Amino acid sequence: MEVGQMQRRWVDYTKSLFLEGILDGQFLQLQQLQDESNPDFVVEVVSLFFEDSEKLLNDLTRALEQPSVDFKRVDAHVHQFKGSSSSIGAQRVKNACIAFRNFCEEQNTDGCVRCVQQVKQEYYLVKNKLETLFAMEQQIVAAGGSIPILELSF
Amino acid sequence: MEASSASSSSSSSTGFMENVEQAHVLAVDDSIIDRKLIEKLLKNLSCKVTTAENGLRALEFLGLGDHQNSSLEGNISKVNLVITDYCMPGMTGYELLKKIKESSLMKEVPVVIMSSEYVPNRINKCLEEGAQMFMLKPLRQSDIKKLRCHLMKLERT
Repeated sequence: MEVGQMQRRWVDYTKSLFLEGILDGQFLQLQQLQDESNPDFVVEVVSLFFEDSEKLLNDLTRALEQPSVDFKRVDAHVHQFKGSSSSIGAQRVKNACIAFRNFCEEQNTDGCVRCVQQVKQEYYLVKNKLETLFAMEQQIVAAGGSIPILELSF
Repeated sequence: MEASSASSSSSSSTGFMENVEQAHVLAVDDSIIDRKLIEKLLKNLSCKVTTAENGLRALEFLGLGDHQNSSLEGNISKVNLVITDYCMPGMTGYELLKKIKESSLMKEVPVVIMSSEYVPNRINKCLEEGAQMFMLKPLRQSDIKKLRCHLMKLERT
């Protein structure tokens, strides 16, 4: 595949992530912050997000397995997850966290357990998509091309 | 120790945005992701940035910690702005704001509060305690630019 084709694939793939609501405008902000002085900025921030999220999901799962669930603690974790997903533009993860907090408020264990599953699903989806996107970027750069600048309006 | 570019600013407590090259911002947030983001946003506007992961570390950096010693006093004159998250475990951004405003050394330093939640009571409480501005997360470059404009206006009054 030649560079131009790879770049077009990248553009189409990125657009699809926005159209499907997996990513929102905040992700564009991240891309706009990437420059020559910080050429790996997006990958670095997203990697931090992945690390943070794995830990949060573990903490959440464990907290809900306790005989007596500490909903304040669960809510604190979800609040953090909501914040980090919002900061990188992972819209569906963020929305799943918002729904989750309602169940925490109601102290509804079953509801919370279902929410963890939902959040996990959305998280693994965005993780998968972003890893695919980054792999495409590596291919473009390895072939001597540059990553296109997206012009999207919301 | 810092080589200064041609600047007419004498004391460090004035001219936060008049001499953007020298603006030193302390950004406080418990989220490593948000610290990285805000650092980049500020660096894009030529600010020098120090980040802290909680209120205690922030106070220590400002020379207001429990173990106040002369080696930290140097930081007092260097920080021109503190921007802090509201929701943090341990000391909240509000509590940090109070501590800064209560100190004779740092009370003139503008403090900006950020939060992912829009809670009017919370915002008013912070503004009443002397916060310069409240900003909603996630922050964008345009927010930091607005911050600069707002602070420039303050300097001129």
